[in-house]
Amino acid sequence: MHTYIRRFFYGDIPGQESGGAPNPQGPKNDWPLWEVFIRSKQGLDHKHVGSLHATDAQMAIENARDVYTRRQEGVSIWVVKSQDIHASQPEEAGELYDPAADKIYRHPTFYDLPDQINHM
Amino acid sequence: MDVNPTTEFVLHLADNALILGQRNAEWCGHGPVLEQDIAISNISLDLIGQARSFYQYAAELQGNGATEDSLAYLRNERQFRNCLLVEQPKGDWATTTLRQFFFSTYQQLLFQQLLSHSDERIAAIAEKTLKEVNYHVRWSSEWVIRLGDGTAESHRRLEQAIQDLWLFTGELFTSTHYEIESGVDVALLRSNWEEKIRSNFEEASAEMPTNVFARTGGKTGLHSEHLGFMLAELQYLQRSFPGCEW
Amino acid sequence: MSVHNLEQLFQDKIDAEIKIEPLDWMPEAYRKTNIRQISQHAHSEIVGMLPEGNWISRAPSLKRKAILLAKVQDEAGHGLYLYSACETLGISREETINDLHSGRAKYSSIFNYPTLSWADMGAVGWLVDGAAIMNQVMLTRTSYGPYARALVRICKEESFHQRQGFESLLVLSRGSAEQRAMCQDAINRWWWPALMMFGPRDSESTNSDQSMKWKIKRKTNDELRQQFIDMCVDQVKLLGMTLPDPDLKWNADRNHYDFGAINWDEFWQVVKGNGPCNRERLQARKQAWEDGVWVREAAAAHATKKRERANAA
Repeated sequence: MHTYIRRFFYGDIPGQESGGAPNPQGPKNDWPLWEVFIRSKQGLDHKHVGSLHATDAQMAIENARDVYTRRQEGVSIWVVKSQDIHASQPEEAGELYDPAADKIYRHPTFYDLPDQINHM
Repeated sequence: MDVNPTTEFVLHLADNALILGQRNAEWCGHGPVLEQDIAISNISLDLIGQARSFYQYAAELQGNGATEDSLAYLRNERQFRNCLLVEQPKGDWATTTLRQFFFSTYQQLLFQQLLSHSDERIAAIAEKTLKEVNYHVRWSSEWVIRLGDGTAESHRRLEQAIQDLWLFTGELFTSTHYEIESGVDVALLRSNWEEKIRSNFEEASAEMPTNVFARTGGKTGLHSEHLGFMLAELQYLQRSFPGCEW
Repeated sequence: MSVHNLEQLFQDKIDAEIKIEPLDWMPEAYRKTNIRQISQHAHSEIVGMLPEGNWISRAPSLKRKAILLAKVQDEAGHGLYLYSACETLGISREETINDLHSGRAKYSSIFNYPTLSWADMGAVGWLVDGAAIMNQVMLTRTSYGPYARALVRICKEESFHQRQGFESLLVLSRGSAEQRAMCQDAINRWWWPALMMFGPRDSESTNSDQSMKWKIKRKTNDELRQQFIDMCVDQVKLLGMTLPDPDLKWNADRNHYDFGAINWDEFWQVVKGNGPCNRERLQARKQAWEDGVWVREAAAAHATKKRERANAA
């Protein structure tokens, strides 16, 4: 399917028929891609912030420190090779998550308690 | 130049940091890969930050309305006290990372010594800066190993960089009067420095040079031709429009 | 499920303001449009490092040097966030960079103008970053999740860029006669190219409808441009400077400023490659990439050897 959209992508960049065409040789020299997770402060979960390229885990952590914590955004960094991430498929979303929808008893607000009870 | 030895020593520390920061900043926008472009700019920023801390202190010591900027922008080549190593051109990535490794390893040992310096301000700046320097050592030593171990070409380039830069490392450990009079003995750092370089070179399968001749002069104001051009660029606006706020 | 149904479901999601994520079904044209837009946005950040990078070595004080270096470094970071977002669409960074170097992919034309004085650092921060921010703030609500998230991060960092730009012009505007002249000159040179950053008039950029429908883009070029002009007219007063447009005046009926004719011939010439710095910018990027080949290969080779040694041990 060839659908060319004639427009300016980002302000003054002419977009027609430019960019995004697959490279026939495919990637050659790209270092592997890593996903970066950062704990912004003690006590919080690591959160996905983006990705970067590095030759190994050690370099990935250092690059993440330079790229994603320039403004003291983190106290701890995880890196995972992107190819090692296994994701659920969106088509499976129904079977994976919908069954939880009728288990409202898992939520604290399901239980009506007398107003006199505090801190519960 | 008639300045007291501590001031001159602090200026020497500041000049080293500024000139290397200026050199490394030349990579900004031109690095071999985006992640490393950002990394070398970070090191450059750290060095400029160090330079500012030292210049600010030197300005206080000097008085007479001196500021960090008057010291950085209004002294000429012969007044700069940086070592020759830091003013050498940035060269290729091997030259830049090797120079950083030589210099940061020296800084690491020096600042560890300065932690117990009798001048509290110097000790405090050394303490604050040491964390950054430790990271610079880590980053640059890894690159030296990578290039030494990587491909035939990277190995050849690293060997070339060693040949080009080794000559300037001896100056780091050649004491000047202002270091001695400030109670700092850089000669003491030499064996530890060589030990660190040697063990890193082993991992990088690089030869430790046997040449012991050291070219000196920068620390007492006798520079290579490179510094003049650097200062011409660095100081251009302050020289062209004297007395302005920016 | 037929493609038609998938497309309908897709459009329903967009209409309901539900973000599209990498693994979701999307029309091929949507994927391609995003790849192009995001990669070209990334290229703009990277090429955009060059005109300002020019002045790092000459910054007039140590404080300004540190600020400028940090700012240009941020742009490298922004490029990286955007390349990351682009890679979620199944195209590697190297492939998109190849497109830039071969001339197939473009970048924002504004970066083909030269930075001729220190005041340009201020003018670029105020006007160019200001215009870019308008685009980017709009794009934080774009429909493709990874792109929107990258932009949220970018916008947070960008506001420092615009503020430092304006502040440095403010200092010049209160300085010597030469500094004030430098300031006005920079505004004169950057004003019109900044207006061109929003792209051709809506009447001439025909098919941006599809991107509006897909909510990749959410405001038209002319809307954004008008918003930008209205904002700058007030700000320039604080500098005691003027904008180089004699036709600029308040129109009470429209509730906007009217402005003079933009020189679209110049715009198209720059787009075609005839701007003042097109060749230099592309050459600098290619040079950096080519000079870096042996470095990237060496690091990759070392990592492989290290892994093999670890496996053998």
